[in-house]
Amino acid sequence: MTTTSDAPDARALFAALPEVDADAQRRLHARLAVAASDAGILDVAYTTLDTPVGPLLVAATDRGLVRVAYAGEGHARVLAQLADSVSPRVLRAPARLAAVVRQMEEYFAGRRTAFDLPLDLRLSSGFRRTVLGHLPEIAYGTTASYAALAALAGSPKAVRAVGTACATNPLPVVVPCHRVVRSDGTIGRYIGGSDAKKALLTLEGAA
Amino acid sequence: MPLAGSSEIGVVHCVGPAGRADVSREPFDKVVERHGPTVLRVCRAVVGPDAADDAWSETFLSAMRAYPQLPAGSNVEAWLVTIAHRKAIDELRAGARRAIPTGDLPQVPSGKDMPGGWESDLWSALRQLPEKQRQSVAYHHLAGLPYAEVAQIIGGTAQAARRAASDGISALRRTYLKPRHGQAAEGEAS
Repeated sequence: MTTTSDAPDARALFAALPEVDADAQRRLHARLAVAASDAGILDVAYTTLDTPVGPLLVAATDRGLVRVAYAGEGHARVLAQLADSVSPRVLRAPARLAAVVRQMEEYFAGRRTAFDLPLDLRLSSGFRRTVLGHLPEIAYGTTASYAALAALAGSPKAVRAVGTACATNPLPVVVPCHRVVRSDGTIGRYIGGSDAKKALLTLEGAA
Repeated sequence: MPLAGSSEIGVVHCVGPAGRADVSREPFDKVVERHGPTVLRVCRAVVGPDAADDAWSETFLSAMRAYPQLPAGSNVEAWLVTIAHRKAIDELRAGARRAIPTGDLPQVPSGKDMPGGWESDLWSALRQLPEKQRQSVAYHHLAGLPYAEVAQIIGGTAQAARRAASDGISALRRTYLKPRHGQAAEGEAS
């Protein structure tokens, strides 16, 4: 990685020492994740899992699940945002996400109708957060209109703001914004794309 | 020791190339991915195959602790090598305390990953170098740091660091490269 004109054979000298030792990197990364967690400095742990709606990134703080992201959002971009908004101490550390992954797998297999996980809602605030708080009231297998959700959130006129709250939901799938549809019965927009929304509603037997 | 990491900030003042100003706000995972392999090479060259994992782990744990306070625009690799240098010294001291003094150089334990590979050849040549030579060689030739920065890390002047690295390379040519010259010449062609 360096030009060493003062010792042109330095590269050859160290040729036996691998530039990248993938096995060692994996082993050391896993060890770092454990040590950082034990030391209380693993501020954001994340992993990814394959689902019928594509790979999902899931991230958790010590308080709970903080972010679920579809591939379309750009996982690298989402991690950069987490580094900015929560903490740059971000590591891939599947251990903290074990329960999340298990419940997600159960959900996508049709064996789970509600998530039972600690949630960290710090990425949402104000009215948006209020709206997110009411989303779990829409039962598995049912849908509600944006207007109905606005009423549920105590601001019947704030239909547009409810739409924004759903569009910026940091925890899609787990906080079920996919169950909010338009009053005319059409499916409406979704952070994971309307195909993913359709797939989730079909899985739940609501569409 | 919640503040231990803070003392590791500000040691390296050199600023990276333009356009990398916000590199310190990257997820730490990116830092591990980008610099982990080089830091491991440096650790292996400075403390040997057995203590390298511990030195690497201590380095990145310490770096992660201090990372949120790392000034924007810092040269992350130089910062990591600075931390690794201190952790390597800790490992070497601990190793020396553990070692049973004998007249001869102890046999290098057979490599876990590559028996008869670099652990038994390159490391046995490296470990015979005086510490400053080994460090100067690793920080300049493996981490790519200029001698001025190597000097900041190991102490002394840039000229002294250059001389130590040059003496180290000469010694390695004699003790390690020469018997393997056929292979070395191939590597050189790249």
